[in-house]
Amino acid sequence: MADIQERIATLYPDATFEAADITVVNIPDAQWHSLAKTLRDDPELRFDYLMTIVGMDWADSLGCIYYLNSTSTGAHISVKVTTNDRIKPMLHSVADLWAIAGIYEREVYDFFGIVFINNPDMRRLFLSIDWKGFPLRKDYDADENLNPVTTESERQSDFTDTWVEDENGKVVKKEVRVFGPEDFVVNIGPQHPATHGVLRFRTAVDGETIKKIDLYCGYIHRGVEKIAEQLTYPQTLHFMDRLDYFSAHPYHHCLCMTIEQAAGIEISRRAQVIRVLMDELSRIASHCLFIGTYCMDLGATTMLFYTLRVREQILDIMEKTCGARMTFNYECIGGVMQDLDPNFVADVHKLLEVLPANIKEYNKLFTGNVITENRLIGVGNLSREDAISWGVTGPSGRASGWACDIRKTDPYSIYSELDFEEVVRTEGDSMARFKVRMDEMVQSARIIEQLIDNIPEGEICVKVPKVLKLPKGHWCRFVEGCRGTFGTFIESDGTTSPYRLKIIPPCLPAAAVVDHITRGFKIADLITIGGSMDYIVPDIDR
Amino acid sequence: MEVTTKSMPYEDWKDNEYIEGLVKELNDNGANVIVGSLDKLINWGRSNSVWPLTFATSCCGIEFVSLGAARYDMARFGWEVARSSPRQADFMMVAGTIVKRMAPVARRLYDQLAEPKYVIACGACAVSGGPFRKSYHVVMGVGKIIPVDVYLPGCPPRPEAMIYSIMQLSRKMKVERFFGGVNRQEKQQEFLKSHPIEGIDD
Amino acid sequence: MFDFSLLTNWIHQALTSFMPEWLAVTAECVLIGLLLLTVYALLALFYIYYERKVCAAFQCRLGPDRVGPWGLLQSFADMFKMLIKELISLKYVDKFLFALAPYLVILASMLCFAVLPWGNGLQVIDFNIGIFFLIACSSIGVLGILLAGWSSANKFTLIGALRSGAQMVSYEISIGLSVVTMVVFAGSMSVGDIVSAQSDGWFIVKAHIPAIIAFLIYLVAGTAETNRGPFDLPEAESELTAGYHTEYSGIHFGFFYLAEYLNLFIVSGVATLLFFGGWMPLHIPGWEAFNSVMDYIPSVLWFIGKAIAISFIIIWFKWTFPRLRIDQLLSLEWKYLMPISLVNLVLMVLIVVYGIHL
Repeated sequence: MADIQERIATLYPDATFEAADITVVNIPDAQWHSLAKTLRDDPELRFDYLMTIVGMDWADSLGCIYYLNSTSTGAHISVKVTTNDRIKPMLHSVADLWAIAGIYEREVYDFFGIVFINNPDMRRLFLSIDWKGFPLRKDYDADENLNPVTTESERQSDFTDTWVEDENGKVVKKEVRVFGPEDFVVNIGPQHPATHGVLRFRTAVDGETIKKIDLYCGYIHRGVEKIAEQLTYPQTLHFMDRLDYFSAHPYHHCLCMTIEQAAGIEISRRAQVIRVLMDELSRIASHCLFIGTYCMDLGATTMLFYTLRVREQILDIMEKTCGARMTFNYECIGGVMQDLDPNFVADVHKLLEVLPANIKEYNKLFTGNVITENRLIGVGNLSREDAISWGVTGPSGRASGWACDIRKTDPYSIYSELDFEEVVRTEGDSMARFKVRMDEMVQSARIIEQLIDNIPEGEICVKVPKVLKLPKGHWCRFVEGCRGTFGTFIESDGTTSPYRLKIIPPCLPAAAVVDHITRGFKIADLITIGGSMDYIVPDIDR
Repeated sequence: MEVTTKSMPYEDWKDNEYIEGLVKELNDNGANVIVGSLDKLINWGRSNSVWPLTFATSCCGIEFVSLGAARYDMARFGWEVARSSPRQADFMMVAGTIVKRMAPVARRLYDQLAEPKYVIACGACAVSGGPFRKSYHVVMGVGKIIPVDVYLPGCPPRPEAMIYSIMQLSRKMKVERFFGGVNRQEKQQEFLKSHPIEGIDD
Repeated sequence: MFDFSLLTNWIHQALTSFMPEWLAVTAECVLIGLLLLTVYALLALFYIYYERKVCAAFQCRLGPDRVGPWGLLQSFADMFKMLIKELISLKYVDKFLFALAPYLVILASMLCFAVLPWGNGLQVIDFNIGIFFLIACSSIGVLGILLAGWSSANKFTLIGALRSGAQMVSYEISIGLSVVTMVVFAGSMSVGDIVSAQSDGWFIVKAHIPAIIAFLIYLVAGTAETNRGPFDLPEAESELTAGYHTEYSGIHFGFFYLAEYLNLFIVSGVATLLFFGGWMPLHIPGWEAFNSVMDYIPSVLWFIGKAIAISFIIIWFKWTFPRLRIDQLLSLEWKYLMPISLVNLVLMVLIVVYGIHL
């Protein structure tokens, strides 16, 4: 870390450093783009993966924190760029360096109104085109009459704005066409059986061939990050269940870890084992549902019913312990809510017995099918470089040959002691993404096998102060969710509720990359590719 | 009149007073015998063939998938013919949060449903905004934009609860009057009149 | 085996005995029409129920079991509801074509009923070009689908309709060729002749290899012709919401819904007629006792039973395979099925010429 700091300090004397869980570099906006280029291209740094952009409102200034990661060295760094202009805040875009930055910057623009110079597409991402105000700013006017509930159809524009710097350094606004007048645009979603929720693709097609896709999110944007600012820390937890309802446990785990790290709470070994067990069980359940719905998208409906059988079995196990089928609210700060059900171990053993036979059946029925092979192999290729640049993590990223499993690269909880393989494939097509998930189920079962008979005794939840206050500062932790790298960022001002809670979803990049990998394929392939990215819309929209 | 359902004792139903009130209201004018029995036949068809629209926004939608799966098997009641096109569906299960951006879409879907159409507000979010009550972008209950027939609480409701809610809906259909008399559609018209949208004339 | 022509002749004589010939014929036409409509409706409802039960069995479920005994009345309830559901009138559609399309589709499948050999002597009309008539009629259906997709003024329906047009026109070639193959063997295009030629053994046994190939091709092409999975691209639910009939509601949609199942029956019925002896009972040479027992089963049951058995296979396809993509679908037809059928036709001619058959 010291080397990186030194190197940056010699190149950019204006940069200052803050110590935090991930070192923060402060840099003036004018030098930001050049620093970003250095960070990405310098052979010793190679921060080629932009994990997220956290927009911030510090009352006196607005700004962003960029979280960067190097896929070759594993080093982390964060960069803070701020502006004091609250009327027309502007920062420089890095959308040309990391492909996913374009979308992340749109998100920051949507919530904070910060315009990114040179970003080719500066529209709102989640809120509708006529929304008034920037909701995550501290001075946002939440008056219902400003943005009432309306049943009028939303205004639709084929244009987007972009702010570019001309040769004199003056910033000018330009209008750019997204779709030409001659494009045949088919509107897929938001109410469409194959979008896995309420995502919307405006798709320009030529016959059946896709020319361009424009992504619209926000049809289930619930403003979790803003609500959390008014709640105490334990109260924010339950929103994690409702983001990605297939893998609620890892998400809970992540937020708990972040808060525990900030508050300096050590949890018991028993709680850790239980958390990991639950994570892996929900990973199996989630992948089961993925396989089922994916096959249903492809027209093989029967598979859904076979995979749901296993999922129901897992839900039963969870229900006995947590008391709910989907929104468990099980992990809490300091451990877990309740102790395991007395039959838990026996039930899990039963599950482990039936799982291999079921996976074999899925392969027999679907994977080896000649139609499946024709539909999936060579469709929607995503190269390793693109996967990193677009920040596509999780099974989809690993299918492109990028070993990005946080459980291996940056082990948390007790994962470093466990023996399992990271499933990585190199083809990068839809079939690879499908198979990675199949194989991950086996690996998760392996982890469960190692733990199930050695759950240590001990307390399930350590004593935590009734009124939990975090010290001033910010923390950011990542876990391996079922769909990729999930993270939570907390900035605390020393009170009982977070000053800013940022959720870093794995599904937003997965949905954003769809345009890039579907061009030139058929409409039917959009369903295959979109399905294989396995995004969950409430997770994208938050 | 008791509105009964196959293999479910009448006492086990909740909200019997509501249905009884509905029946009373409908029967106040009296019905002639032929029209009455025609109504019975039609209502038998309607209440036994309740096709849902595949419409899900979040968690509740996944429970709806579970409802179709082998364990809960809504096909037993004939509800498994989930139509993707609103024109062919009978009721819309608003499964999940409706946010302000989605509200026009939900309303349009409702307008696209063919009469007779029904709405179940499924889950805490659709009933009242649920855990997102304080949000700036969530519609506090789908009842604000479309008329709702059955409210189903839960976050998400269990599949059993969903079965119960659709059975309640089907019970409601059973006491309707197709020919003459008071009709629930009048109430629906009133609602739509008080929540107009421009550019659409019926 | 009971000959139904005795019954029909008796009715004819009874009618002519108290009314003039022309009136009797008219009355018979009306009678037959009504009878066919009833059979049509009942079969469609049965098929809906049948598919739902079969699919439930594949998916470890129960299927409809609450409306009526074993859920038998489920599809009746569905039909009642659909009859009185609102017919939504849309603003920007071509109203005449929009309303015409479902009737064309239903007409196509109704006409095919006229030449199906329901039983011994129970056929509405026995043309000398019966098979040809059948193929011609079933092609009207594609017109209905194209009209439906085009007139709805909706992008999804348009894509669905064009897919369907490309698909049905292509697969008709395979159907035609495999039918021609069997016609070559039978030596007649008359449905009655084809059935009676199978009294000493079904064609699938008599004409062995080419008949089996022709049957397999017919089965694949027939599935495609009825727009059923894995060839259900025109109404691919996960891609095009409901395909060409997205905008139809009420009974107009009901017509499409019924026609889909009726077409399934017709495709299986024609397969029965061409390969499995039509209404001929199952006879095994040498097993006299068995054969005479088989003869006691009415011929109508034989025909419908065989058709339902073949439909089972097609339903099985649907609930097992994933869907094809449009380019794969067309290349399957033009690159594989059509050349194979052509070669198969030559093979059949050789077999007939050299008499290498049973």
